[in-house]
Amino acid sequence: MAASISPSADLSAALVHALPTAAAWLVILPVAWCLAIGALLVMLRRPIGLHPTITIIGLAGLVLIDGLLLREVAENGPLTMVMGRWLPPFGIAFTADLAGALFAFTAALVALVAGVFSLADVNDSGRRYGFYPLLMLLMAGVSGAFLTGDVFNLYVWFEVLLISSFGLLVLGSEPEQIDGTVKYGFLNLVATTLFLIATGYLYAVLGTLNMADIAKKAEGLRNSAPLVTLAGLFMLAFAMKAAAFPVNFWLPASYHTPRVVVSALFGGLLTKVGVYALVRVMVMLFPVEREELSFVLAVAGALTMIVGVLGALAQTDFRRILGYLIVSGIGSMLAGIAVGGPGGIGGAIFYALHSMLVMTGLYFASGIAMRLGASSSIASLAGLYRRHAGFTALTLMLCFAVSGLPPFSGFWPKVMLVKAALDIGAWWLAAALLLAGFLTTIVTGRLFLLAFWREGTHAAGEAVSLSPATLGPLAVLTGLTLLIGLYPEPLLALIQNAAAGLAEPSAYVNSVFPGGGP
Amino acid sequence: MEAWFALLVGIFFSVAVYLMLSKFIIRVLLGVAVLGNAVNLLIFTGGRLTRGVPPVIPEGAGALAAPAANALPQALILTAIVISFSFFAFLLVLSWRAYNELATDNTDEMRVAEPVNEPVPPLGY
Repeated sequence: MAASISPSADLSAALVHALPTAAAWLVILPVAWCLAIGALLVMLRRPIGLHPTITIIGLAGLVLIDGLLLREVAENGPLTMVMGRWLPPFGIAFTADLAGALFAFTAALVALVAGVFSLADVNDSGRRYGFYPLLMLLMAGVSGAFLTGDVFNLYVWFEVLLISSFGLLVLGSEPEQIDGTVKYGFLNLVATTLFLIATGYLYAVLGTLNMADIAKKAEGLRNSAPLVTLAGLFMLAFAMKAAAFPVNFWLPASYHTPRVVVSALFGGLLTKVGVYALVRVMVMLFPVEREELSFVLAVAGALTMIVGVLGALAQTDFRRILGYLIVSGIGSMLAGIAVGGPGGIGGAIFYALHSMLVMTGLYFASGIAMRLGASSSIASLAGLYRRHAGFTALTLMLCFAVSGLPPFSGFWPKVMLVKAALDIGAWWLAAALLLAGFLTTIVTGRLFLLAFWREGTHAAGEAVSLSPATLGPLAVLTGLTLLIGLYPEPLLALIQNAAAGLAEPSAYVNSVFPGGGP
Repeated sequence: MEAWFALLVGIFFSVAVYLMLSKFIIRVLLGVAVLGNAVNLLIFTGGRLTRGVPPVIPEGAGALAAPAANALPQALILTAIVISFSFFAFLLVLSWRAYNELATDNTDEMRVAEPVNEPVPPLGY
């Protein structure tokens, strides 16, 4: 009997034997790289002068890695690597498909410009409290969430990015920040716990957590298992992470309190992780259930758009306006997921990528405006145009982009979403999209008129110059927005392939189970 | 056995929701702690409950002789316990700081970040 559990037990059928190719390492490298740099920064606790340099080199490296990964995935299809050589579905798989790689690359780009912006925004006390290590760990969580191929592992990365975001949010320890963090912390913890509940049920029903395996097994269980309930649970959890109405109230309560660069990172990245998870689960794992739930999702999306932008209309604080605009944008992405099809899913992904760039840029603009005008209220900000014309021009472009006006990046996803909604006869959803766009134009137009165009009454006057570390990140993001708006074809082709790969995940499944699987 | 556990999980969830609906941050915190345990018990029950049945396939056989508890959900719980405990610790310290800085543990009165009577945005120049 003892022989059966001796080391000679034959495990050959359970293990991967071929060494992973050099390309396969790219799947895990973004996470490993961020964790390593984060650990290095924690060890270099004393020489805080080194932190910004190491972080910016680290984030530039992350952009490079994600860029290589994106190229590899675009050329050769999804890439998989399993942990500990255990064959999937037993080993935890990291799988990058086009959607994941696109999100990861854009996130890395946003983090890099935020790293540069932080040079002028995070002071020594912020550095001492660990802004840079937390930033790298946040990126580890975000990259892991975009690249993992396992639902429980996705939960773990959510928690990694959540705990880092708590640290970043409360960095200054001012009463305002503590107030915001209390609401953000409790509600987000409830959201991830809902996600964990759904994951527990998922394993109880399907007996697997590997995404490719779920996509395969769900097919045979449609008639006997409560998959719609399961998809509904995931939908609630991810909608709460993405700040969809009516579970969005944590976002406007907290996103205007931390340092500007932290607001910018959160506004760009965190809600989009929720949207990405929603797309992954609803479109790839439970497509039939998504159809069943699409009406709920569409109504939630329409309400999110309108409630978000009405909230923005009622605010005077620059950053609180932006918080509500993020919520409004999330509504458009939900509408795309609800409509489905290549136009809907592609539109949702495109909108998410556009929103990552534009919302980060607008938060940078709010920070610069606060520095120039010594106020964050549009009631007292005035005459910024006279103080720096270039900054004003960049902000105006971002205002156009977020409103979905051509020739900026917000225009194309909006066109795709409106067309997709009209194609399936959901005219009310198309109307909500257009109405939200119109109201957003009013919000940003008023913002621009009051804060930039209006003649300053006091302390206005002489022009100032801004350092490259301040204006550069804003210019890069605006430039990207303009570039995507003027020449969307390459990105659009990638996004359409990504949407097709989610709707028909055979390439994804083949990459996880090369031999056809168990 | 599973039915009793399902009932217990239900009780845990209702206690957690009741506590989390409170205005007072300490009760919400206790609710979060109970919620974490409710989820852990849920996953534990979902993995089948058996006593003294090792999940080991005997030599020569192709499958387990009798249904045994699945070990994987227990590993998931282990991860979830660590995570929920660390979050609980963080939120506990945060609540303490909030109580000190904001001089209240009533979430209705925590209006520093979102002041109550904010002026409406200007209607014109």
